[in-house]
Amino acid sequence: MQITVDHVIRFLERAAALIREHATELTELDTVIGDADHGTNLNRGFSAVVVKLDALQDGDIGTILDVTGKTLLATVGGAAGPLYGTAFRRAGALLAGRHAIEGADIAAALEVALEGIIERGRVQRGEKTMLDAIAPGVETFRSAIAEGKSLEEAARCALAAVEEGMRATIPMQATKGRAAFLGPRSIGHQDPGATSAYYIACAMVGLNVDPPSDQNEAQLS
Amino acid sequence: MKMLINAADTVVSDALEGLAQAHPGIVRVMRNPDYVVRTDAPLQQQVAIISGGGSGHEPMHIGYVGRGMLTAACPGAIFTSPTPDQILAATYASASRAGVLYIIKNYAGDRMNFEIAMETLLLEGVPVASVIVADDVANPMQDLRRGTGATIIVEKVAGAAAEMGASLEECARVARRAERQSRSIGVALSACTVPALARPSFHLGDNEIEIGIGIHGEAGRQRTTIAPVAQIVDQLCSALVDDLDLRAGDRTLALVNGLGATSPIELYIVFYEVARWCAARHIVLARSLVGNYMTSLDMAGCTITLMRLDDELLQLWDAPVCTPALRWGV
Repeated sequence: MQITVDHVIRFLERAAALIREHATELTELDTVIGDADHGTNLNRGFSAVVVKLDALQDGDIGTILDVTGKTLLATVGGAAGPLYGTAFRRAGALLAGRHAIEGADIAAALEVALEGIIERGRVQRGEKTMLDAIAPGVETFRSAIAEGKSLEEAARCALAAVEEGMRATIPMQATKGRAAFLGPRSIGHQDPGATSAYYIACAMVGLNVDPPSDQNEAQLS
Repeated sequence: MKMLINAADTVVSDALEGLAQAHPGIVRVMRNPDYVVRTDAPLQQQVAIISGGGSGHEPMHIGYVGRGMLTAACPGAIFTSPTPDQILAATYASASRAGVLYIIKNYAGDRMNFEIAMETLLLEGVPVASVIVADDVANPMQDLRRGTGATIIVEKVAGAAAEMGASLEECARVARRAERQSRSIGVALSACTVPALARPSFHLGDNEIEIGIGIHGEAGRQRTTIAPVAQIVDQLCSALVDDLDLRAGDRTLALVNGLGATSPIELYIVFYEVARWCAARHIVLARSLVGNYMTSLDMAGCTITLMRLDDELLQLWDAPVCTPALRWGV
């Protein structure tokens, strides 16, 4: 299966819709261990991306992803803006001029996006950040494609890995970002950045996930 | 939660309009991207001093734009660092060939957004330097220390140096020295309410206080019970003096800063106790500042900042300043 400009635009629209739908949940998670703005900020950013998409219908995939990254950088602020912005811009640079891509291209784009997040955030796995959800997803996707699995199957496996990575942030103690100020008190709460990464991954795979599970709700009370 | 606002999503823009109209002789407010700049910028041959950070800490930073302090400030959304676009727009509006110094509080988001702006400027050949403010001793780990009250002092000192015609290297040097000689710690009596959330971001019981609170309501080092202020000041000042290694005979600047919902009369009581505490240890309070200089929306509580002074820092602190929130010698 080939991924076209149209698929990418629909992915970004779905991501914006999922972020909007879950903005309150993301902000609530951020209230517990951060500064209560993750959902608000990402919703502002992805809404701005959607406005730009109309003018990009005739663009190539690289341009669309680059504009998405630039828009997130310019509108989100905080740590999430530079991290997601850098990720989308790196992927955009790799896919410059392309109108159709395949599994291996997506794996390579995800890889450079991941490197962008690691460099920009100077972050490692296990620090209770979005990386803990994204990195397992990227690795799983790459291996699945390398093993010859279909794009759909690789995406499904990757999403499961992202979800597992997101849940795995709950028992972690944060050592990066504002949650790190809490020290041991950050343990027991799901990371908001890992959660937004999960919703973006859902949009990429094309699933419309249900509202937050009971497990998430329990974290907040 | 009752607030004097129109709507949660117009809080920052409405406040910027108010600042512009209250101080038209000192600052210009530019929108989309948002920044506040001195009316007389860009100044030829003068280093531009630029800071920025999330809104909700007013008068920091927008209230410190003006002669002898910041050339420009970039206000982000509430508690959210500004974006590189804002930082670059403010830079282009205020930087001359003398270059630009960024004063950045030590938060991941602030650092990344300023870093992206700096990468752009370096490609364009604009001379740029930065100083990271990490003065909050609540966290024992140096690289996790937050930027708080010392930011005001660093902005004042760097701005004074720039106004006197110091080079970019000189401005950066005095700013870093002011930062290294300063320590802060805070205490909260109640949480703040982020307008978009419309409820307090954490809960403190009737008799509870949080020592080492962050200016976004991030947790501190210890939750304890309210006590006479002399005891609280003792705990706070001990932490500062230990960390800064202040000795008898050292001259200091003391800043007692309200977090937004604490009355001025309480801040003066805090200052009285700080003065008594220092006097008992023969630490000289050479300069002082008491009031709301770096708030956390409507949080109740205060921060205390101590800076070790020398002749150079004293001279820069005393130099004339004319901003909406800090004004003397003019």
